Amino acid sequence: MLESLLFIIMSLITIACAIGVVFQKNPVYSAVFLIQTMVSLAVLYVLLHAQFVAAVQVMVYAGAIMVIFVFVIMLLNLNKDELEGDRNKMPLQKPAAIILGLILVVMIGILMTRATFSGAEGEYTPEVMDQIGNTQLVGKMLFTKYVLPFEIASILLFAAIVGAIVLAKKQIIKEEK
Amino acid sequence: MVVPLTWYLVLSGILFSIGAVGVLINRNALVIFMSIELMLNAVNLAFVTFSRQQNSMDGQIFVFFIMTVAAAEAVVGLAIIIALFRNKATVNVDDINIMKW
Repeated sequence: MLESLLFIIMSLITIACAIGVVFQKNPVYSAVFLIQTMVSLAVLYVLLHAQFVAAVQVMVYAGAIMVIFVFVIMLLNLNKDELEGDRNKMPLQKPAAIILGLILVVMIGILMTRATFSGAEGEYTPEVMDQIGNTQLVGKMLFTKYVLPFEIASILLFAAIVGAIVLAKKQIIKEEK
Repeated sequence: MVVPLTWYLVLSGILFSIGAVGVLINRNALVIFMSIELMLNAVNLAFVTFSRQQNSMDGQIFVFFIMTVAAAEAVVGLAIIIALFRNKATVNVDDINIMKW
């Protein structure tokens, strides 16, 4: 009972904040709403017995990625015209997008409620996971079954660092010449 | 009473659709990026739900990798936005049309 009450409250907060992200004019408010969306999703992950994912969600998403977003918003320092944009060019864009979004919701809803999802059952029931510990299991999987994707992920992060530096540095090199 | 896992999947679908609508209606490149993050989060929720349903850890490992990709994507994308802002002094996607013929 408590679990479903918590689910309903957190899912309503998540949906409200997601709508806030999309319909806010000011990108700083959008960023704050997105942080709240991610934190309430972390609560839902705890309800699904995925404690490690919940912790990483708060640290990496709500912490690191959103800090970059807010940092860039502050760095660009957009004025009022930049934020609003010219909406007169395509007056039908917003209602059409909302109708398409509603159609998408209905389609995904029908798919998720009607379809039966089945597959090979794993061995990690919540009881087993509580006994061993979720984080320990994730670590064990990362360094045994998924060791190659794990190493490729580190190369991807390295490439992203190099790419970000190259993209942001371009202008400075041009000015020196 | 245990929450049916279908509810989580429906919530994931709703979040994904809100993110898709955000990409369609916003003109600010930064907010479009945030909507993409929202869609990635919706997919993460679906992964964790299926992982719970099948009593398997693989879904949670995949969420870990999706977070890595999302971090890389956010960093490179925001660097592109900064480079564009330096050249064109705008982040409005309507004004960024040099590759449109």
